Amino acid sequence: MVHLSSFLGAIGKQTHEFFAQIARLSELIRSFLYWGFLAPIEGKKSLRRELFAKQLVFIGNESLFIVCLVSASVGAVLALQAAYQLRQFGALLYTGSLVSVSMTRELGPVITAIVIAGRVGASITAELGTMKVQEEIDALITMGIPAAPFLVVPRIFGLVVMLPCLTILSYAVGMIGGYLVGVVGLHINSDLYLHGNFSALVPKDMWTGLAKSFVFSLIIGVIACYEGLSVKGGADGVGRATTQSVVLSIISIIVADGIFTAIFYYVFP
Amino acid sequence: MTDKGIMKPLPGTTRGVMSAIKIEGLHKYFGEREILKGINFQVSEGETLVVLGGSGCGKSTLLRSMIGLLTPEKGSIHILGQNMATATEDQRNDIRKKFGMLFQGAALFNSLTVGENVALPIKEHTRLHPDIIRIIVKVKLELVGLTGFESLRPYEISGGMRKRVALARAIALDPKIVFYDEPGAGLDPITANVIDRLIIDLSKKLKMTSVVVTHEMKSAFRIADRMIILHQGEIVACGTPQEIQNSEHPYVKRFINGEEGPVALETKDSYLKGILEEDDR
Ligand SMILES: Nc1ncnc2c1ncn2[C@@H]1O[C@H](COP(=O)(O)OP(=O)(O)OP(=O)(O)O)[C@@H](O)[C@H]1O
Ligand SMILES: [Mg+2]
Repeated sequence: MVHLSSFLGAIGKQTHEFFAQIARLSELIRSFLYWGFLAPIEGKKSLRRELFAKQLVFIGNESLFIVCLVSASVGAVLALQAAYQLRQFGALLYTGSLVSVSMTRELGPVITAIVIAGRVGASITAELGTMKVQEEIDALITMGIPAAPFLVVPRIFGLVVMLPCLTILSYAVGMIGGYLVGVVGLHINSDLYLHGNFSALVPKDMWTGLAKSFVFSLIIGVIACYEGLSVKGGADGVGRATTQSVVLSIISIIVADGIFTAIFYYVFP
Repeated sequence: MTDKGIMKPLPGTTRGVMSAIKIEGLHKYFGEREILKGINFQVSEGETLVVLGGSGCGKSTLLRSMIGLLTPEKGSIHILGQNMATATEDQRNDIRKKFGMLFQGAALFNSLTVGENVALPIKEHTRLHPDIIRIIVKVKLELVGLTGFESLRPYEISGGMRKRVALARAIALDPKIVFYDEPGAGLDPITANVIDRLIIDLSKKLKMTSVVVTHEMKSAFRIADRMIILHQGEIVACGTPQEIQNSEHPYVKRFINGEEGPVALETKDSYLKGILEEDDR
């Protein structure tokens, strides 16, 4: 009996904790939406331009190089793997098409989002968590400055602007990687490769990719800010939250990617 | 309300002077643990009140309730006439513009320079020209005895200096009230003394009401106009430093003489319960 009741108690506590977390998460989303969109309409001072600009520069600095590196490698690998299969059908010329379509529809958005989750999401969580632990957020609130417009809105908006930009960059660099492998490594004629590369692309490939990256940016921003602001305890709490933030973001990105791909496949064929 | 705390006369009301802070029947629970058990007191305008008490008696909880970071379950906290306990978040932000707070660890923003830290509340709450803000910042930093540090980062200056910068930030908007959480914590006695002198100077010069939470006896007697002693969530004594010195209350005598008492027994169950339910606030 004792075991059963403590077991049920543990379940109850976990459920309780789960709902408490959901409540805190929706409170964060609510205040982001309020301060991001409604407050400016009501004439309140909301987005701090210099903080927003700082975030844009920070996100760019942090991830430009690594996004290029990873995208170029992925484009090159795609070209090689595609050629391996296509050669069997004598269809080597379609390598460029395969690279460009997979980069724009799928790999560009997902890879960029994962890189950003690891670089930027982690540092947002670590920064906000440290601020929480050192009472800096309490200090902000005590000065009568709500935390959401000051800390959350510039970071999420920064991601929403930068992630699609970086994704477009990733398209370009990925295609360049594929092109180099195709032309230099596989000896495909340059003009033919480029023709294959661009003729296969339709606008829908671009916008579905960018729509995905928009959603990913919200996922990364919300999770990173939420984890950072819910840090408890000291430095170990910050470390734990950072890991949690990255893991949760990446899993959510992949799941959301699946859902979106299905929607785009069935609903907008 | 049948709360007997309210029936008692409020301790230490100086007649004829407006009270800047008035707390009545304040109760705060964490889970099932009652941390503040019916607190009543007033602070008159211009007065320096020291809240003294041992570790874990609820000093920080009291302070955090006063600045609206915690919401008490019962009672009222009137700050300059407005009730912090029942105010909405917008109203709280309005009240907060009228006081400053010095946090225990200074709580300066590491991403901003010293000057930007002090400028932040001014920039947020006024529409002053940046040049004017720069001058105000310079003046405030001079008030706490710092010049020429504006462009340094908080991690590039010493702990005592950080406290002073935080003090300059707390008084940036010329608040009527300043709260201090353990102003001397983590500082050597000489630096702590400097901070105490600053608190005394500023409250005289700028005619500010001050509420200082501390467990440092020496510092408390140095700065207090009046003090209250908190023990297990209740006020056990209240009065001028002289009155406290002569108090016959056994706990107060033990506390100010630093005598050993029986080790207070905390039951683990209730303690753990309080901690585990921390998330549900
Ligand atoms: N967020 C919280 N959740 C649960 N219990 C808490 C919380 N904050 C404080 N407590 C409990 O409330 C009691 C009073 O804490 P408080 O921080 O107010 O003490 P204090 O007087 O400031 O002590 P110190 O001098 O050590 O800072 C402690 O027993 C503590 O365990
Ligand atoms: Mg404390």
